Amino acid sequence: MNLRAGTDDVRSQLRHPMKHARGLGSAQHGVDHWWTQRVTAAALIALGLWFVVTVLSLLHADYATAKAMVARPWNALLLILFVVTAFWHAVLGLQVVIEDYVHTRWKEVVLLVAIKFLAVLGALAGVLAVLRIALGV
Amino acid sequence: MGEFSLPKNSKIQPGKHWPAKDAKKPRTFRIYRWSPDDDQNPRIDTYEVDLAACGPMVLDALLKIKNEIDPTLTLRRSCREGICGSCAMNIDGTNTLACICAIDKAASGDVKIYPLPHMPVVKDLVPDLTHFYAQYASIKPWIRTQSAVPDKERLQSPEDRKKLDGLYECILCACCSTSCPSYWWNGDKYLGPAILLQAHRWIVDSRDEATGERLDDLEDPFKLYRCHTIMNCTRTCPKGLNPAKAIAEIKKLMVERRSA
Repeated sequence: MNLRAGTDDVRSQLRHPMKHARGLGSAQHGVDHWWTQRVTAAALIALGLWFVVTVLSLLHADYATAKAMVARPWNALLLILFVVTAFWHAVLGLQVVIEDYVHTRWKEVVLLVAIKFLAVLGALAGVLAVLRIALGV
Repeated sequence: MGEFSLPKNSKIQPGKHWPAKDAKKPRTFRIYRWSPDDDQNPRIDTYEVDLAACGPMVLDALLKIKNEIDPTLTLRRSCREGICGSCAMNIDGTNTLACICAIDKAASGDVKIYPLPHMPVVKDLVPDLTHFYAQYASIKPWIRTQSAVPDKERLQSPEDRKKLDGLYECILCACCSTSCPSYWWNGDKYLGPAILLQAHRWIVDSRDEATGERLDDLEDPFKLYRCHTIMNCTRTCPKGLNPAKAIAEIKKLMVERRSA
């Protein structure tokens, strides 16, 4: 191998390309993320349709009607499922976008952790809101 | 972040113009030029070629330019019949092999020719494929068995042999990998469509016994799962192969060996 001064870092030129290609090796995971993203997507098709139909049925309804609708057990259950699945799916998707495009390692880590915190916060807030209406507290 | 604009020293400048004299059927070729030997930015040189005295393929025109107009034009070529994969380059926005790309089909106006996208350039149309080849070697593209070596050939049923069709034809020209945005942004870790198609070629080989190890090596958020089924690979493959499908098959096997 020729050492080309001024092009690449000489140190990296001394390493065999295989060192770079093999890198840190396989993380031994990835299939869970991929599969969960697809399962939550499938669930969101059904839950999303239900959610849209439910919201449309509340057009022109007053506050008390809407509250009573959410308080019904099946509606409360499906709404909680919808909120949790939506945040779960969103965080899996956002993770991929950040890993794809953010190449400054510390920014990437901060963002990856931040979206997880925000997703848990959003999902819990949604669940709590539904529970308060459903349980009347 | 992903690189969405070129660095200052990669910005392309207008280059030289080589007009054709007394051409019966002139055609303009706009070609990316860069040399490591001077400190110049890359430039686009414009060559007018008389197609009346030139073969039908883009490679014919490139060789005519090199032989008769500008011998400094640098490119790789060998077999000139779509088997070696040396002359892979970006012709009118699509990665393909110059030798099997007809000039008339390549473009209606000027023919624009660039090296394979997002690779380090050695010179002009020659990309540095060192990392690409190292990634290929990293998947151990040879038969691996645990059973004792037989004293005759390892036989394969016609059905099992058929599973290699659409895979064994890959010539590793790198057209697909360098057309893949995921490979552009994360090519240091993502193996890319060409290497994953090759990995699948060994995973489905009925004679290979290292399927589990091969899947172990690929199960990684970056090596395999940077594929977002963008499908540029399949669209651009000059051999008409389907790397996206091969990757999907690997992902299916990953799910198959775990509980749903």
